[in-house]
Amino acid sequence: MTQPLLRAEGLSKTYEGKRGLFRATRAVQAVAELDLALDHGAALGIVGESGCGKSTLARLLLRLIPLSAGRITFDEQDITALDEAAMRPLRRRMQLIHQNPSAALDPRLTAEDAVAEPLRIQGLATGRALRDRVAALLTEVGLPPAFLHRFPHELSGGQKQRVCIARALALEPDLLVLDEPTSALDVSVQAQILDVLDALRARRGLAYLFISHNLAVVRQVCERVAVMYLGRIVEEGTAAEVLGAPRHPYTRALLGSVPRLAAHGVAPAAPGEPPNPASPPPGCAFQPRCPIAVPACRESMPPLATLMDGHRLRCPRAMEVSP
Amino acid sequence: MTALLEIADYRLAFDTFDGTAQVLDGIDLTLEAGGTLGIVGETGCGKSVLARSLMALNPMPPARVVSGQIRFRGSDILGMSDREMRRLRGRAISMVFQDPASYLNPLLAIGTQMEDAIRGQDAAVGERQRPRAAARARAAELLAAVGLPEPARLLDSHPHQLSGGMRQRVLIAMALAGDPVLLVADEPTTALDVTVQAQVLALIARLVAERGLALMLITHDLGVVAAACARVAVMYAGTVVEEAATADLLSRPLHPYARGLIAAVPDLDHPERRPQGIAGSIPSLITPPRGCRFHPRCPVATERCRSEKPLRREILPGRSIACHHATP
Repeated sequence: MTQPLLRAEGLSKTYEGKRGLFRATRAVQAVAELDLALDHGAALGIVGESGCGKSTLARLLLRLIPLSAGRITFDEQDITALDEAAMRPLRRRMQLIHQNPSAALDPRLTAEDAVAEPLRIQGLATGRALRDRVAALLTEVGLPPAFLHRFPHELSGGQKQRVCIARALALEPDLLVLDEPTSALDVSVQAQILDVLDALRARRGLAYLFISHNLAVVRQVCERVAVMYLGRIVEEGTAAEVLGAPRHPYTRALLGSVPRLAAHGVAPAAPGEPPNPASPPPGCAFQPRCPIAVPACRESMPPLATLMDGHRLRCPRAMEVSP
Repeated sequence: MTALLEIADYRLAFDTFDGTAQVLDGIDLTLEAGGTLGIVGETGCGKSVLARSLMALNPMPPARVVSGQIRFRGSDILGMSDREMRRLRGRAISMVFQDPASYLNPLLAIGTQMEDAIRGQDAAVGERQRPRAAARARAAELLAAVGLPEPARLLDSHPHQLSGGMRQRVLIAMALAGDPVLLVADEPTTALDVTVQAQVLALIARLVAERGLALMLITHDLGVVAAACARVAVMYAGTVVEEAATADLLSRPLHPYARGLIAAVPDLDHPERRPQGIAGSIPSLITPPRGCRFHPRCPVATERCRSEKPLRREILPGRSIACHHATP
């Protein structure tokens, strides 16, 4: 059996508390004992609300921030303890796309220069060959040559995101980590970018780790989805299962809260708000808001159980309650 | 009977260094007392500028009224003095905004800010300011009305101690302080998580029903309109292109832009329906396209659309479209 492209085992990130000048801050566990695997050419969605740790997870997996515990394997190589120099050749193969393309682009570089920069730094092309390669990359993401010499302020949000994608593709990565790539875009532009992402993955066999709070977008892009709540995965499985027939009460609440075009009115599906990660509730993190919680849910953190069909679920109650 | 709010041929321009942007280009809208109207459209369509016009919050200059009227209970607010406008704000028309954190003073307790707002409104309508204690009691009553637990303790809290959803509830409570008849909500749930958004939308729906409030809700999210508004107006590049009952518009949009907008929304329950983008991008409002402003992106545009601006006309009862090619 082939190994996954990216694997995390027991991944944890704790931001230590500080004894500051005015007050002490408590330690925050942003990501806790997280296991996941992403196959070559696959797309895994990470969903959850603000503060659930999904963006921290992205930065951990790319080794952009130090991890507190766990192991990360990229293409069968343990990268957990690699130093910057050893990481550098791997960085070409894993690229990050941010939410806000305006902040990700240098305002003084044209689209052409922005995409050429990584190729130039890595010494992969010069002169005519470089220009041709950049033009081909921009065409691939749907930006015609007329846009080559435009600066970011002369581009729309969607066009800027296309430049960011072209720049990420320049070094021919195997993995794209996309952190809310369409959240800053209008819906008519979002649909265009989703088409670009689909086409790229089909053509280049890229793997996507796709982070989003928008469940409908994740459903379009990903085959598998992991739902995070307060730093932990609570449910993981195929997109059709997790978003079509959710089993965890939190996933159900999320899906139930999305306003639908077909229905008038919206019924709140969960009371309250996600708890403060600095003072998590006892036992299961979701139990204070959970409609099916029992006293046992307060006693200990339920394990993330792997079910027969490969679905992972952190809720023994859901398994008792539903058929 | 006159409508609560009537916007007639309202044109607003912004004078910029690059030229004059025709930001609102002939808006006609009506809202009855107790009615709920969603204004939906993408970035730059003018929906927030329109909302701010109702409270006279657009800075003038650079903004400039080119023509039209905004009649509230029959009188034109565009001609009102600052003093008359102050009487209206809060007492008759109230507004809540997208980012609750930036509308609260981080240094003051919630109670202090609410008391100031309540007493400020007393002054604005020329009444004697009620004492702080009375204002505080009123504040606690308002916090309870928006479903916040332990109002008394909350009054002593500072904004950073509250979650995003609680802050937005506090601002809604403040908006209710003067018993307004019209609530203008500009993307009130956009900064909130989806489970909290559902709670705040349910709260707004309850307040509208209980208090007979009229609601104008500005949003980019058609799902939010479906959840909270009986009627909806779709805006594009400073014009209203379609206005209809929400259920009618969402199930069968007639204007090509409204059709495109709905087709672009990914459907969680029907993933097999691929969202379709709209080719091209929004036009410059300094040099807008001649004729119909949507024609450069429109799949059904003809020569007439390039030269003649379509006027919005009622093609079905309660349903109007600004398109030369619209058929019922």
